[in-house]
Amino acid sequence: MAAATAGALGRIRHSFLRRQLLSFRRQLPCTQAQRSVSSLIDLPETHALLRKTCRDFAENELMPVAGQLDKEHKFPQEQVKKLGELGLLCVDVPESEGGTGLDYLAYAIAVEEISRGCASTGCIMSVNNSLYLSPIMKFGTKEQKERFLKPFLNGDSIGCFALSEPGNGSDAGAATTTAQLTSDKWILNGTKAWITNGYESAAAVVFATTDKKQKHKGISAFLVPKPTDGLSLGKKEDKLGIRATSTCYLIFEDCSIPQDCLLGQPGMGFKIAMQTLDAGRIGIAAQALGIAQASLDCAVEYATKRQSFGSPIAKLQAIQIKVADMQVRVESARLLTWKAAMLKDARRSFTKEAAMAKLAASEAATFNAHSAIQVLGGMGYVTDMPAERHYRDARITEIYEGTSEIQRIVIASNVFKELGHNL
Amino acid sequence: MSGIRVLVGCKRVIDYAVKIRVKPDKSGVVTDGVKHSMNPFDEIAVEEAVRLKEKKIVSEIVAVSCGPTQCQEVLRTAMAMGADRAIHVEVDPATYDHLQPLHVAKILSKVAQEEKVDLVLTGKQAIDDDANQTGQMIAALLDWPQATFASKVEKTNGELKVLREIDGGLETIKVRLPAVLTTDLRLNQPRYATLPNIMKAKKKPLVKKTPADYGVDVTPRQKVLKVEDPPVRQAGAKLASVEELVAKLRDAGLIPT
Repeated sequence: MAAATAGALGRIRHSFLRRQLLSFRRQLPCTQAQRSVSSLIDLPETHALLRKTCRDFAENELMPVAGQLDKEHKFPQEQVKKLGELGLLCVDVPESEGGTGLDYLAYAIAVEEISRGCASTGCIMSVNNSLYLSPIMKFGTKEQKERFLKPFLNGDSIGCFALSEPGNGSDAGAATTTAQLTSDKWILNGTKAWITNGYESAAAVVFATTDKKQKHKGISAFLVPKPTDGLSLGKKEDKLGIRATSTCYLIFEDCSIPQDCLLGQPGMGFKIAMQTLDAGRIGIAAQALGIAQASLDCAVEYATKRQSFGSPIAKLQAIQIKVADMQVRVESARLLTWKAAMLKDARRSFTKEAAMAKLAASEAATFNAHSAIQVLGGMGYVTDMPAERHYRDARITEIYEGTSEIQRIVIASNVFKELGHNL
Repeated sequence: MSGIRVLVGCKRVIDYAVKIRVKPDKSGVVTDGVKHSMNPFDEIAVEEAVRLKEKKIVSEIVAVSCGPTQCQEVLRTAMAMGADRAIHVEVDPATYDHLQPLHVAKILSKVAQEEKVDLVLTGKQAIDDDANQTGQMIAALLDWPQATFASKVEKTNGELKVLREIDGGLETIKVRLPAVLTTDLRLNQPRYATLPNIMKAKKKPLVKKTPADYGVDVTPRQKVLKVEDPPVRQAGAKLASVEELVAKLRDAGLIPT
């Protein structure tokens, strides 16, 4: 009797659990989850085709000239226009707005492949996509999009992002550039530092304090066309790496812009900046991946050819260990980057993952570039081989769009928060 | 007159940049896990078809590839460049190893007839076997005129004026449509597939068929006996004078004494 009851109860419990499971599966966006996991293993066809196009472009159009562009500190005008024609300067802008309409995973793949050819070009591409177009897409009015988005999609014009100042980088809330509202104009005063695309851009997203008493809640975002009266550019910085990009100060001296150049609402600036940088991190992670992969490719190619002690040095364990370490670092950083991109595409929180991706990828880039020079020996130290350029290009990825130190703080605070501790 | 319909033959080959390795049993080359892409001359053929379409001379482009499942990547690339439709004639990997130009020519001829095309465009040769036969065989099977090694194509009334690169230099011929054209290196520079076109390619139709669907027997008529690396290049010798050179040539029996 007891056994029969137990059996009956067991069957009831089993069918109850089964119904629970089925209803849970119906609620879960099953297809999306499945697609996400398999994307990590095999890219969807569109993404694979995109990767091939970008790789071919990078190998044919960027690799042959990257060294020269770096030596001459020359902006890759032609190449940027070609990127625009391919749709690579507006990857995740929806088709309805004139963009390419792909997702962030596609964008990450594209930036990596382009950066593998030329890190400077990858940087220019990333700034236009993530830092300039993105906030305008999200917070711009129809008129602002018409003026500041549409002409910036195909390479005719590119934009820049002005948050950092001589007095504050990581401490973005301490912005001292001010914006005062007169009858119908905003008057900007102050200086922005380290602005990539400073010289070639036709517009800038600028962050300025509109209400000092509110501290970081008193910062607002503005769209500033270039050139504009009252805006002058500082000298081009003489950088260690990514020398084909221009980096300079933007100096605002009673610079007046129309009232409708305010992006979003007053006081929204800090939020806009942080959200923009969150996604921008994925772009920079992708750029760092490109540099890391290029370094690895360079080292492997050299190791199979260079003879020492009667055999290619690829046979030596000392070299194999370095290659293995490089491979693990770039591949793990890549998976973190893809995951962050896919979370963003799924409209889920991705701040922690983006910070992890940027941290891992930038440190992979510097590690790989450093190891590549070691594998190449003396040849790694001269400009005949690209290893020294990768070494110089890699270094900035640990600094801009959030230093590695800031990334670590972001990651840690998210870890604690997820476990319920509000520090 | 409505536009010309074009069939483009695309072969999936080992990528030109890859270092080829012969299999240890000398039965062929290593293809597993090796990077493959569209035969560069076929890319030029696709590009030419797309350019003709942009000039409104061509109304529809059908890309065809014969081989294992992975050939679909090549067809997607063709569609991303601008082909309208694709046909994948599926051949299993074992059979594909022995698939010869005559088989492919028979298949493509049948496809050309079924699709009622006016022009067959294909690369002059594939970079894996360098056969340089398929285009010519298609023309013979269909009894169509052929213009091979094309480096320039112009449309005149109902005819194509083609500049050919031949051993003696450049030759211009006219062929009446329908015709078969094979492309040479200097015909054009293939475009990169733009992102919007890659997106559009996803929606274009790709149909799977088999050689049997076209009544083609793919039993091999040739057998590959051995595949080897080319002999290692021997070092040359520097000679002091022309007299020494002539003496050496005479000793080797290469010139009459």
